[in-house]
Amino acid sequence: MFVKKFEEPLHGFAPVVLFAARLKCFSQLLVVALCSSTAIAYATPSIQHWQSASGARVLFVEDHDIPMLDVAVNVPAGGSFDTADKAGVAALTQQLLDLGTEDLSEDGIATGMADIGAQLGGSFDQDRASVSLRTLSSATERDTALNIMAGVLQKPLFSETILQREKVRLIANLKEAETKPENIAEKAFEKAVYGVHPYAMPVSGTTESVAQITAQDLKDFYKSHYVASAAVVAIMGDVSRAEAEAIAQKLTEHLSAENAPGTLPEVAMQIPASEQRIVHPASQSHILIGVPGMARNDPDYFPLYVGNYILGGGGFVSRLMREVREKRGLAYSVYSYFMPLKQPGAFQIGLQTKKDQSDQALQLVRSTVAEFIAKGPTEKELVAAKQNIIGGFPLRIDSNRKILDYLSIIGAYDLPLTYLDDFTAKVQKVSVAQIRAAFAHHINPEAMATVIVGAPEGAAE
Amino acid sequence: MRLYLLGITLLLGLSQTNARAEVFEHTLANGLKVIVKEDHRAPVVVQQIWYKVGSMDERTGKTGIAHALEHLMFKGTKTVPPGEFSNRIAAAGGRENAFTSYDYTAYFQQLHKSKLPLAMKLEADRMHNLQLSPVEFAKEMKVVMEERRWRTDDSAEGVLQEKMMAVVYQEHPYHNPVIGWMDDLELLTVNDAKDWYGHWYAPNNATLVIAGDVKADEVFALAQRYYGGIPMRGMSARRSFIEPPQGGIRRLVVKAPAELPQLAMGYHTPTLRDPGNEWKPYALEILAGILNGNDSARLNKHLVREQQIASDVSAGYDSTSRGPSLFSLEATPSTGKTVGDVETALRHEIEQLVQDGVSEEELQRVKAQVLAGEVYKRDSVFYQAMQIGQMESIGLSYKAIPVMLEKLQAVTAEQVQQVAKEFLQDDNLTVAVLDPQPLSGKPKHAGEGSFHVR
Repeated sequence: MFVKKFEEPLHGFAPVVLFAARLKCFSQLLVVALCSSTAIAYATPSIQHWQSASGARVLFVEDHDIPMLDVAVNVPAGGSFDTADKAGVAALTQQLLDLGTEDLSEDGIATGMADIGAQLGGSFDQDRASVSLRTLSSATERDTALNIMAGVLQKPLFSETILQREKVRLIANLKEAETKPENIAEKAFEKAVYGVHPYAMPVSGTTESVAQITAQDLKDFYKSHYVASAAVVAIMGDVSRAEAEAIAQKLTEHLSAENAPGTLPEVAMQIPASEQRIVHPASQSHILIGVPGMARNDPDYFPLYVGNYILGGGGFVSRLMREVREKRGLAYSVYSYFMPLKQPGAFQIGLQTKKDQSDQALQLVRSTVAEFIAKGPTEKELVAAKQNIIGGFPLRIDSNRKILDYLSIIGAYDLPLTYLDDFTAKVQKVSVAQIRAAFAHHINPEAMATVIVGAPEGAAE
Repeated sequence: MRLYLLGITLLLGLSQTNARAEVFEHTLANGLKVIVKEDHRAPVVVQQIWYKVGSMDERTGKTGIAHALEHLMFKGTKTVPPGEFSNRIAAAGGRENAFTSYDYTAYFQQLHKSKLPLAMKLEADRMHNLQLSPVEFAKEMKVVMEERRWRTDDSAEGVLQEKMMAVVYQEHPYHNPVIGWMDDLELLTVNDAKDWYGHWYAPNNATLVIAGDVKADEVFALAQRYYGGIPMRGMSARRSFIEPPQGGIRRLVVKAPAELPQLAMGYHTPTLRDPGNEWKPYALEILAGILNGNDSARLNKHLVREQQIASDVSAGYDSTSRGPSLFSLEATPSTGKTVGDVETALRHEIEQLVQDGVSEEELQRVKAQVLAGEVYKRDSVFYQAMQIGQMESIGLSYKAIPVMLEKLQAVTAEQVQQVAKEFLQDDNLTVAVLDPQPLSGKPKHAGEGSFHVR
């Protein structure tokens, strides 16, 4: 209340606050631990790791600075586990977890948490579903909150009545999204890049597929995907090791004992060049360009990450930002990123620009990318990138919330427990030649998918 | 699932002694107030410089200049070429950005604590050495116009909000959007930017907030070294505007490409001016929490879950600003329901509040969230600095933060009912409706069949 919200104001009266730049940030793009240039060794959190009796893997950082506790339970139950005709089952399963359990109604869950100031949340993407909790660590609050969370994770009801209500809301939102240029572009982009691979499916489903979903679908999905052996529990904050062990077990002991779901099909890495121009009345064209990019465990992860910082990930100082915005004023936001997932997630370049200059901007982006892929970065650019990524490492782990997210990612993607400790050294080792080779290997600038929503009048068929 | 981050939960000093012990202030001879919040959990620091000038200080025909100047602050000084500010912060491992609101303009960098002197040197430099060239100005205005297209012109919600504010405020400059009207943006000149910079960017019109793993006395010495030599400047008195009593309900309809209609209702309400003595702004904060503080708070429970009249609903109130405040209600009708149905349902909720008040249980629930939020706040050094900077920039003191927490905890159910009765009245109300339009000339499912593959 007293402090303004600092998200982009999306709705109504959120106090209007404008930022100098819209910077795309992806918390999955982790980085770095040793600053070789100045030889400062940054302290990294000490991660404890064990397997709970339930079979769940646990990652824990003990920290008593603030009397609070953060917990997240992650399962491989993201949107890519849907089938095309029932796309949306995975998302609705996660969404209905806290809308009624065997012990508590949806109102009982919400008020139970609010009464003790606890915050129940969650996240969802193609790979993962998660439920998270932030609570005071004092015994009464903590135990109450964990009891509710344990029920949400392990005794959800998936009421048919509540599902019907949520489906109506979801379908309305999906229809709304179909009018928004950024959503139209994203949907067409995923389709062009992933074809029939599950990563092409919209994670919330479609108006047609959601209409088909029943409560039984959610129950079946829950039973086969919310399994203890595949769960990763991340715990951060003011509890002891013994308490953390009990918490992890309590949150997973009643999850299904079935085997973990199977792996996804391989992504077809080579795609045909394509360009879609989609009519839209907006004053700007929304442009997306890309290809299947890299998996979380790609051996080229570091060269691609560092290289992308130089190309379009480095905020104000990236090549794309300089060429498109700083030199020519063609866009407010222009970026590129790799979305590292289990299977190769997308490499995407995006921008919005006034319709009559969209072809100019598109040519500029294409030539900037082609030149980067052909020649790689300069030595000077690489030094600057390493200075930022390595020097900025402490900012990546300066709060419990950020550390909790790292614990989830390290666990869910089977990264080494020394991930944070090793990161700076790995960044430091990246060479210009490696970046050039990695980009050439992953991205063929002649064979990318391009989507332009709100194409210049007359250009679309 | 939705995670509610009430403004209300993010507030205030839980323990006065704790909060105060860690905050230090010192004002340089040139009038720059320096506030240090020590937090030694991680070896990082944030620098924020807050100028007491926002879009509400703009004149007719010059809207958007506050925000445009914020962009231009990255375009170089006498000794630092355009773009070099960002290069140097990036090379130091830093993150940076800036923001403009109706009330203030602020710039920040987050870095390893050893890099604070660099950030201070650069920030102090652009406080008084900014170079404004017609070429850089022209390019950056194109960027700002792209920002406006993206944020407002092509966004149904953005247009609805902009037009509603222009109806809610007829005299007060909150009438104008922070980003500025497009035709003003087209007519602004580099001389407007120079005038704005020359008028408002001075140490005696700013607050420097440093938070993180630092020692206050060392920060004060650094501040003296880098900012101490900047001359103070005469500040002319600010014109203050008072929005006259509304005197009757106002309604507007906004047409924009969209699928779903929307309803927005805003009531004029008081702003917090005297934190130790007022109670109404606190009661309104609690009221917003009771209506919207969790998934089972009144509005979501009644309108979305039980009656299924709305597919989304929210309420909000912000007691802290330089200008006037609004209590807002927003909703999207459910499939098959109209904005009229939703308005009726919201009015019914207000009638119930006025007649029956709120329960002790609801009251305590919101207060518990406020108290817990005060603990959670400690996880973000950046946020703590934001709070301090914002309070100072709107004319309250950071010292009011613990006072406000106490006052919130003291709010009674009767007071909540009383503010509902006093302020949620039709004569104070503006109702805005988004009337969704099909994407021009095309059926709703745009794009299908309208592409070719190269």
